[in-house]
Amino acid sequence: MNRLLKMSAVSLLTIGSFSVQAGIFHADTLKDVQAKGSLTCGVSTGTPGFSSPDASGNWSGVDVDVCRAVAAATLGDANKVKFVPLTAKERFVALSSGEIDMLSRNTTWTHTRDTSLGLTFAGVNYYDGQGFLVKKSLGVNDVSELDGATFCIQAGTTTELNLADYFRANKMNFKAVTYDTSAQTKGGFEAGRCDALTSDVSQLAGLRSTLKDPSSAVVLGNVISKEPLGPVVRKDDNKWLNIVRWSLNAMIEAEELGITSATIDNASTSPGVQRLQGKSGKLNESLGLDKDWSRNIIAQVGNYGESFERNIGMSTPIQLPRGVNQLWIKGGILYAPAFR
Amino acid sequence: MANSWVSHFFIKFFMFTKLKSLLYNNEVRAVLFQILAVVVIAYFAYQAFDNMMLNIEQRGIRSGFGFLNNESGFAVNDSFFLEYSPASTNLQAFYVGIVNTLIVSITGIFFASIIGLVVGIARLSNNYLIKKMATAYIEIFRNIPILLQILFWYSIALNAFPSPRNSINFFDSVFLNSRGLYLPKPIMDGDFYFVIASFVIGVIGYIFIKKRSDKKHDETGIVTNTIPYFLGLVVFLPMVVYFASGAQLDYPALKGFNFKGGTDLSIEFFALAFSLSIYTATYIAEAIRSGVESVDKGQKEAAAALGLKNTRIMRLIILPQALRVAIPPIINQYLNLTKNSSLATAVGYSELVTIFSGTVLNVIGQAIEIIILTMLVYLTISLVISLILNIFNKKMQIKGG
Ligand SMILES: N[C@@H](CCC(=O)N[C@@H](CS)C(=O)NCC(=O)O)C(=O)O
Repeated sequence: MNRLLKMSAVSLLTIGSFSVQAGIFHADTLKDVQAKGSLTCGVSTGTPGFSSPDASGNWSGVDVDVCRAVAAATLGDANKVKFVPLTAKERFVALSSGEIDMLSRNTTWTHTRDTSLGLTFAGVNYYDGQGFLVKKSLGVNDVSELDGATFCIQAGTTTELNLADYFRANKMNFKAVTYDTSAQTKGGFEAGRCDALTSDVSQLAGLRSTLKDPSSAVVLGNVISKEPLGPVVRKDDNKWLNIVRWSLNAMIEAEELGITSATIDNASTSPGVQRLQGKSGKLNESLGLDKDWSRNIIAQVGNYGESFERNIGMSTPIQLPRGVNQLWIKGGILYAPAFR
Repeated sequence: MANSWVSHFFIKFFMFTKLKSLLYNNEVRAVLFQILAVVVIAYFAYQAFDNMMLNIEQRGIRSGFGFLNNESGFAVNDSFFLEYSPASTNLQAFYVGIVNTLIVSITGIFFASIIGLVVGIARLSNNYLIKKMATAYIEIFRNIPILLQILFWYSIALNAFPSPRNSINFFDSVFLNSRGLYLPKPIMDGDFYFVIASFVIGVIGYIFIKKRSDKKHDETGIVTNTIPYFLGLVVFLPMVVYFASGAQLDYPALKGFNFKGGTDLSIEFFALAFSLSIYTATYIAEAIRSGVESVDKGQKEAAAALGLKNTRIMRLIILPQALRVAIPPIINQYLNLTKNSSLATAVGYSELVTIFSGTVLNVIGQAIEIIILTMLVYLTISLVISLILNIFNKKMQIKGG
């Protein structure tokens, strides 16, 4: 009888704490990150220019820089990031289960993802679209010639859905072989399992450059979808959402103000620059951060343009033009809300 | 009237003591504890579930099973029997996943059993070379992780077979290339039903003849060879009807990028079925070997003394007894094979896990509902396999007494 009593007592206690937990549960990612002393950021398993590790395991890319910016803002050190490589399929579960603090992995902002997964997009760090990499030997110049072709795609992406939409809309047939990682997808394409590989345009050039024989494939000029890529956080933590959103905005704003990692600490009379330097205004307070949060981002990671040129610009092997990802004042659509 | 009050009291008292003694009764206590345990567990489960639903709601995650009726929006590479397109619903995608899992598992189980049986018996052979080869096969394929084997055979298949334009061509009707095997498909109109009907009649006829010859064998000991009947009824009869009725086949032909027409089995299906077969066969072989070794030597000697040939001793005396021992571990291996088929995600064969807990889960995002449905399917398949083999096991048991 004694044992039973003990058992019931323990079970009642556990059940009690269950309900208590459910009741007072408040997410505070900032506190967790600061307590851990590092930011856990979900990235891809390897997409050159966006998030990829080098031989010694150092991550770089424009998506990686968003993680670093958040680490600089919250911990004062852009290097205090633990990167978690995720396939397209794993990424949302990893975020909603709390395995990562934020996701910055060429993820397209869609209605469904934003409204029904319990997640929120914090902004756009690259405006992309879906394109095609085709075997040169097929002599194809346009998607419309790909009726009946087989495509290599990656599971759990918008790519899967756009491809089906496009072919349905144009009354064309296709076959799709769906793999888990981009390495497998590339492998299938190289081995001739499919006639074309389709994915976000930003990745095709990088992918092509890593083929055994890059000249055996061409990137078509067609773009069949909108793929605004950006960082994602959980919906239940608004403060954290603001931190991620404004860390990215700080990078864009800095470029617009013409300040770089080299000039961020130069004395300036411009109130806008002073606010970003943390010398005036109280923008940090409502975020729960130190005064120099945005100064740290620019000093340690650089402005948006610096990150772009360093990782995917014309001087890199990826060679992406700024295109629509240019600032609004220079003819692009990149636009940070007002910093005041 | 006082009397009745007294008797009432006594009855109460009696019941109380009875209740008390009941509590001290071991059997009753055992039952009571079990009921209590179930209640506590059920309460726990309910609380956990309730808590989970609350969390889901708080985080703004969609829930419920309404998504099953939504349009799926994605394409699937392999689909047998069922019509499927991106305009189909998620429920249809779920069914395609189940059928694909079943087909690759059944294919795997079929070949694993045959290879396992052959290798298991070969391991006990008196021929040194055969014995060593069987041992080497088991040691190699059992000790390499199945996922690696799947990836290995897939890359071999991709690279060893030619491109669609240079397909290996069998009589202009069957083609093999690095994308799959392309076969002619019957056109299901009136004429073809004659072929199917003749096949069914042939099979029934053969079963009848076989039964009769078995009976004759039991009664007189005379063995009749039924193979000619088999060929005639099950193979030639439908073929003759096919040519006579004018039934048509739809042949695959290279058009543009791929073969069109006919039916096809993807290279991913082959790589997966092949790897699962040869991996699981090693375990089945071991089960068969230990089964054969469990049969008393005297059985074999007695059969030999009666003048039976080695193959007949194996088939008629040893194996039926060996299987009794071997079947339980073989059941386990069939279940393992079915579960291992979910490793298909690595090579892109579209079975249940790839389609449903892969793509649908990612489009819809309702992990809990989707994982529950997926688990239910595996649970059902496992239970059905256990059931079938348990029935078989019962039949194999020594009869009479
Ligand atoms: N932007 C699309 C596609 C993103 C995506 O996962 N693309 C693949 C292209 S092959 C990729 O980045 N793979 C890298 C990886 O799996 O780590 C989405 O959000 O669904």
